[in-house]
Amino acid sequence: MNTTLALYANYAIYSAIAVLTLAMLAYALYLSRAVPARGEVRDREVVMAGGGPGTAGASPSDSATPVETVNAGARWSGVGLSFSTLAALLIGASLLLRGLAVHRPPLGNLYEFVCAASFFVMVGFVGWSRRRDLSWLGIFVVTPVLLMLMLAVKAFYTEASALMPALQSYWLSIHVSMAVISVAVFTLGAIVALLYLLVDRFERAGRAPGWARVLPGARDLERTAYSFHIVAFPLWTFTVIAGAIWARQAWASYWNWDPKEVWSFIIWVVYAAYLHARATTGVTRQKATWIAVAGFSCIIINYTIVNMFFVGQHSYAGT
Amino acid sequence: MTDIQQPKLSALGWARWAWRQLTSMRTALFLLLLLAVAALPGSIWPQRSIDPVRTANYIADHPRIGPWLDRLGFFEVYASPWFSAVYLLLFLSLVGCVLPRLRVHVRALRTPPPRVPARLARLEHHRELSVDLSSAEVLAQARSVLGRRYRVATTEETLSAEGGYGRETGNLLFHVALLGIIVGVAIGHIFGWKGDVIVPVGTGFANTEIRYDTIQYGPRVNPRDFTPFSLTLDKLTVTFEDQVGGRGQFGSPRQFVADVTTHARPGAPGVRQTLAVNHPIEMDGATVFLLGNGYAPVITVRDKDGKVLYSQATPFLARDNNYTSSGAVKVSGASPKELGFFGNFLPTGVITDDQGPISIFPDARDPALALGLYEGELAPGGDGGSVYTLNTEKMTQVKADSGDILRIWLKPGETMKLPGDRGSITFDRVERWAGLSIRHDPARWLTLGSALLALGALIAQLTIKRRRVFVRVAPGDGVTLVTLGALSKSDDAGLGDVLDKIGAAITSSAGSPRHTPPRQTPVRGSNR
Repeated sequence: MNTTLALYANYAIYSAIAVLTLAMLAYALYLSRAVPARGEVRDREVVMAGGGPGTAGASPSDSATPVETVNAGARWSGVGLSFSTLAALLIGASLLLRGLAVHRPPLGNLYEFVCAASFFVMVGFVGWSRRRDLSWLGIFVVTPVLLMLMLAVKAFYTEASALMPALQSYWLSIHVSMAVISVAVFTLGAIVALLYLLVDRFERAGRAPGWARVLPGARDLERTAYSFHIVAFPLWTFTVIAGAIWARQAWASYWNWDPKEVWSFIIWVVYAAYLHARATTGVTRQKATWIAVAGFSCIIINYTIVNMFFVGQHSYAGT
Repeated sequence: MTDIQQPKLSALGWARWAWRQLTSMRTALFLLLLLAVAALPGSIWPQRSIDPVRTANYIADHPRIGPWLDRLGFFEVYASPWFSAVYLLLFLSLVGCVLPRLRVHVRALRTPPPRVPARLARLEHHRELSVDLSSAEVLAQARSVLGRRYRVATTEETLSAEGGYGRETGNLLFHVALLGIIVGVAIGHIFGWKGDVIVPVGTGFANTEIRYDTIQYGPRVNPRDFTPFSLTLDKLTVTFEDQVGGRGQFGSPRQFVADVTTHARPGAPGVRQTLAVNHPIEMDGATVFLLGNGYAPVITVRDKDGKVLYSQATPFLARDNNYTSSGAVKVSGASPKELGFFGNFLPTGVITDDQGPISIFPDARDPALALGLYEGELAPGGDGGSVYTLNTEKMTQVKADSGDILRIWLKPGETMKLPGDRGSITFDRVERWAGLSIRHDPARWLTLGSALLALGALIAQLTIKRRRVFVRVAPGDGVTLVTLGALSKSDDAGLGDVLDKIGAAITSSAGSPRHTPPRQTPVRGSNR
């Protein structure tokens, strides 16, 4: 146990929180600048339909962002992305330092779990930003991650230390890292899904607030949300299978209906229902997306209420 | 209002109707969500199969609602009729959905791709170009782009291709694999068994039914067929966190390792092995797991003449994270009345004002025994109850000479004389015990294999796209007019790219195209 490294790990997380706050401010400024000046209000639908001649093969959303708003806010979205990148690096550094401090993967308790999940959400966001302009998504990713980290530091904090015997296994790296990554992808999917439901409501009402003009169209958002979920769902399936293999080794039985197992199962079933609903004729995309949002609520319950209040073999993961 | 004449359904008709309802996607969706809801109570209420003590306590603490919850199966959710009904209906629905689709899919795999539609321009994705190539060359180019992933049928002027059968194959395999998991679990219940036993250091146990403290086995298991292996616990190393402070860390276990000697059968040579959490020992026909540990103070009780009535390592069960452990010493050989000691073992014992004697650290830093004494009948009607508690129905508590209730407080090596010529009790030393769980699940590989198959099939069905691609060529004035079209059965963002790729291959093989840029019709209408 190296207490100095553990201390530096904490400093890195505090810094990440500060930097994320700045990123959030930058993205907020970006969105506020995206609000057109009075009298300049355009019909969103007209802009949407702009993907006409000369854009063969391109997805309609690529040309959907109004040129004027991009120019006004581009500077701030750039600042936001820089801070986001820095925050991702700081969270990563914190995980690395904690791992080095205790000579084990930093995945041994809820505090470390939430930090790692935040890291992968940020890495996913920053990495995806390199391929596509995600200025519109910035604040919706940075804000929840900021909340997650503050919750981790305030409510879930656990001193760096060695692991209890049940966790001393290479399956920790496999099972928990997969859980972290799939939760991160589910988080991104839930953010986009909620944005879809919002934009869909705007589009059906026929009017939207100014800031919403930078968002892609509802159809595009829905597809993106689906893409995230079809990546996250197999990852979650693998998490559950790996957990079962480990449970057989550590607890003698591959499935015990421990509260955490029950909720992992519920999460799996709800997301399976989402994928089913999306393939069922007669179920609207909105309804299907609400099921995905319900799935994410189950994930939140699984890592808060289940950890803190339900008695089970996974209870060391909490406090 | 006139009566509406409804067609009468025969019994067969009703059955058909019910079957169609059950196997519809909407029903499957509803059952899935219902399954999630039905699984929920098992995480809220204690489950008898997991923690019978906590379940019994819950019912005792909630006299009004407890028995009702019990009657409705809330303490055995995953074996309850309603939970079983939901998943059995779901699997029935699954079978009913998969079987007809399997037939359709097998037929689709055998039939060649459909003919090219008359008007390709009506498809959601289509391209038109004109190139300086012969019809055969154009079709050959298209064919080489499509490669082996598509099944292709050509005529002189058309090409139709279908690919991505793996999507449906994956989907069907996924559902079949889920059935495999259920079958694996069921076989495990029928042919598997599990037993738990507490083994103090220095003692051993043999794999026979009577030796287990608790044992559960499936209906097709005969305990007489158990492999007669045996195991001796030589040493148990347990360490706890004493360096790091903070919530949830100080006093946490850090290491449980048991040194054991195993014998594959009576008379076989002993094998020294290490058994630890996460490192079970595979024996012939069963696996041995180290799941629990605790303290077994060695206690000796003598009568007034110094004759030993009781002397053994007596396991006490830990009640909290600091191993405040409770247990009982039953001295049935005492006379005139049987003696029963009950109380706590404290690995690091202190006496507090508010909670009485408790342990403040899980390791044996300052062990103490805090006991009370009863006398009378230990097992009225032959029912002594658990070895860790006293049945005090036919017993009375012994008082000290002062008239207060007798309180025994012993450190290792200490002896206390019992009042009224009842003899003495000695706390010789502290041993540890290991809680072993021995399991046999013959179907676990079937379950695991099915789960992994389900995962692979899931990835296939989510990533593979079922696509149809069509090409039609028509000789024009000196050039060949090529029309490309594509169809997908599902949401398929990459469908246009396939056509672009074919178009690019055709134009590049034609050299510099005559009409630059090649006339391409952009996506018309929505990309639905």
